[in-house]
Amino acid sequence: MPHDRVDGTTRRKAMQCLMLGSAGVLWTVKGGVPQSLQLVGDAAAAETGDFSFAQVSDTHIGFKNPINPDPNGSLNDALARITAAKPRFMLHTGDVTHLAKPEEFDTADQLLKAAKLETFHVPGEHDVIGDDGKQFFARFGRSKGGGWYSFDQDGVHFVALVNVVNLKAGGQGSLGREQIEWLEGDLKGKSASTPIVVFAHMPLWAVYPQWGWGTDDGDAALAYLKRFGSVTVLNGHIHQVIQKVEGNITCRTAYSTCFPQAAPGAAGASPGPLKVPAEKLKAMLGVRRVDVVADKVALSDATLAS
Amino acid sequence: MLVFWLGRRLAVRFAAAVLVASVAAGALVRHGAAAPTADAAVAIADFAFGPSTLAVKRGTKVTWTNKDDEPHTVVADGDPRLWKSPPLDTDDSFSLVFDHPGTYKYFCTIHPRMQGTVIVE
Repeated sequence: MPHDRVDGTTRRKAMQCLMLGSAGVLWTVKGGVPQSLQLVGDAAAAETGDFSFAQVSDTHIGFKNPINPDPNGSLNDALARITAAKPRFMLHTGDVTHLAKPEEFDTADQLLKAAKLETFHVPGEHDVIGDDGKQFFARFGRSKGGGWYSFDQDGVHFVALVNVVNLKAGGQGSLGREQIEWLEGDLKGKSASTPIVVFAHMPLWAVYPQWGWGTDDGDAALAYLKRFGSVTVLNGHIHQVIQKVEGNITCRTAYSTCFPQAAPGAAGASPGPLKVPAEKLKAMLGVRRVDVVADKVALSDATLAS
Repeated sequence: MLVFWLGRRLAVRFAAAVLVASVAAGALVRHGAAAPTADAAVAIADFAFGPSTLAVKRGTKVTWTNKDDEPHTVVADGDPRLWKSPPLDTDDSFSLVFDHPGTYKYFCTIHPRMQGTVIVE
């Protein structure tokens, strides 16, 4: 029995050592950041809950080109797909309207509200024509000042950026110094394990600068995001799905619900609407579902023909 | 002084034009100007202004016409903006009369890589 007692003590001590040691040797991944169990325990209070949300983009209400004779119908089709999946909310990544006319905003607002989903907006360059976004922000704005904002949902930090106002001749999208400083401050207190979702209309990276498909100071914003373990950047503007992954940052553009555009730099093409046969249109329009499961952000794109 | 006309093809919506231009350019707009002495045209096509540099004599009315399937704007570069067109959808036009010599740079605020210059002699 003494042998057993000694053995037991040893075992108990060994267990204690293991527990102490486990803080350094047992790792898990939270928000893309490897962590010890002990740290995970500390962070458990802010743990992400599983949920999904939707992204809709470039609805261009007011578009009158025969390429899509019914942009309102296309948006309704897109919203039906979105609501069927019961997301918690929806992001609209800009170009709600085609020409920023009051009646276009009215129609778009009515169609979007019919989905009965909380919707977070950022403007596209079409939404701010002539008034630097005054109408857009009056209707869809969530902050004073430049229109950028952030919010938290079940442990995920969402950042809405505006890169279509005060564009400079010869340039691409632009965030401006004030917004980038705000972003730095907004992210400052966040743990690197917080999953981050950024949304803005124009791609933050240079997809194709010759067509203005990028943001002049996008890299300055991405620099503040690099330390996070899981960063998802959702953009619109180019009416097709293109993804770039760099480190822990995944940038992905989205389908339009109104008209397609050509592949970047396609021979003989311009960044305008792409003419496609009527029967092929729905296969080139679409919506996105985003699932947040166990800290992982998964993107799935579906066309309106699927 | 710069004088502004706005309309589809012709300067038929003069009242509306003055209103829009007044908002855009403030004190620079003069109501009731002398008739333009010449006409010149700039085509907006394939995401470019053509010609990208246009030289005209004083008093010339310059008309931009959008031939693209995409809307464009014609907006003076610089702060404050000397003028700002409304969005020009396919086949829409916008006209300005240039009364004073100078070099006027402009761009499309929707597609800011599209740039042009009007040189008034």
